Amino acid sequence: MKLDFEHQQSAHCESGVTSSLLRSSSGGKITEPLAFGIGAGLFFCYIPLIKINNGPAIAFRTFPGLIFKRTCNALGIPVVRQKFSSKEKAEAALMQCLQQGQPAGCQVGVYYLSYFPREYRFHFNAHNLIVFGKEEDRYLISDPVMETVTQLSSYELERVRFAKGALAPKGQIYYPGSVATISDEQIRKAIIKGIKNNVNQMLHIPGNFAGVKGIAYTGKKIKKWRDKLGLQKAGSYLAQLVRMQEEIGTGGGGFRYIYAAFLQEAFRYTHKEELLDISKLFTEAGDLWRTSAVHAAGIYKGRLGSQSDFDQMGDYLIQVAELEKNAFLALKKIKW
Amino acid sequence: MKKEQVPQDLGALGKITKEVCYATDSSGKYMTELSSGWEVKTEALDVAWQDVEARIANAKEKVLNGEASPVLFFMEYRLMDMAILADYTGFWKWQIKRHLKPEVFVSLSEKKLQKYADAFNTSVADLKNMTVHEA
Repeated sequence: MKLDFEHQQSAHCESGVTSSLLRSSSGGKITEPLAFGIGAGLFFCYIPLIKINNGPAIAFRTFPGLIFKRTCNALGIPVVRQKFSSKEKAEAALMQCLQQGQPAGCQVGVYYLSYFPREYRFHFNAHNLIVFGKEEDRYLISDPVMETVTQLSSYELERVRFAKGALAPKGQIYYPGSVATISDEQIRKAIIKGIKNNVNQMLHIPGNFAGVKGIAYTGKKIKKWRDKLGLQKAGSYLAQLVRMQEEIGTGGGGFRYIYAAFLQEAFRYTHKEELLDISKLFTEAGDLWRTSAVHAAGIYKGRLGSQSDFDQMGDYLIQVAELEKNAFLALKKIKW
Repeated sequence: MKKEQVPQDLGALGKITKEVCYATDSSGKYMTELSSGWEVKTEALDVAWQDVEARIANAKEKVLNGEASPVLFFMEYRLMDMAILADYTGFWKWQIKRHLKPEVFVSLSEKKLQKYADAFNTSVADLKNMTVHEA
């Protein structure tokens, strides 16, 4: 069984899956940047005291599942999402979904994801892919970060759907419920809602750890890493920061570019000239994230390592925080 | 980022698939461009793996010196921490802590060993001998 489904590669897994699952009802209008922006995907969070892979816990994206949920909500589309405790029921529900002609979004862990290169396989459980058919024992998989479609045996798929650890997917499947055609007016309204949502989560979450304040906070922390952790461990921490920022399916520096692309598309629906200038600010922010990553690489590869190098690294993030703060304040000021 | 600046350094993923990047064309309009990888990112990944390799080597030495059971070795080999291993096996963390002691490990039932073997994607025999088959 193979559903009529067109694979599309994207930069980020969840916005890609969202865009693909909504393609038939939106006539392809919900592009990846639109899904990312409407879903208010841009985020930053530094979680102190918690360690991931023996390094700092830093997220550049919203909580898994939110992009799909928010995008559907903003467009008035009901979301079907199921979690399972039984592996048999999880597979039966997936098969039923396919039999009804519905491709299914799945949250999976990447550690046992066989078609990924080993270098990328950590215990990261918030990857997303689409199952769009089954031929004999092989499930047909559209993984948005891959150029072409792939396959997994039913055992392999079960293993990644039931990966364990933080954010365990619990066999989760999701897809849009019944949808009529999505109109341009609906998209326009959804864009405004998405921007407001993103302004809130980057500017107005209380505390020091989330949003633009979190970026500045991390910058200040980094300046102390060399003394506190020693050069080698501090280097590993910076490598982790860069991995979270740039790794497939997580984005980071790249996320800022998707958001900039979103604002350009948003302009076409809302005709607010300001969006084009604000888009440039996010391009600048993305460039600065990348510059900081190059500098971090200098440290973790041992080309740099003095305290002033760490100060410079911290200052990059403080600069990014300022830049993104201004960009979101500008978005906040728009009179819709 | 301009589309000419999209990095094309061949990384581990680049050998399997290219990645989509959003970048601007000459008029400043965003478009997508494929990238085969970025050296900065590859190096960050290398650092993470060097740390992992060091932890595995350290665990192996401890097992050979009789200071820890093979559970420690496989835990590091599979990049797991106590919490993840507890989730995969169904044991409590304090139980796993006990099982890390060589003298407790040798007395474990076949059933418990099988749980560890399943979690580590290996066999009970290989678990006991600290043998790995995958590259």
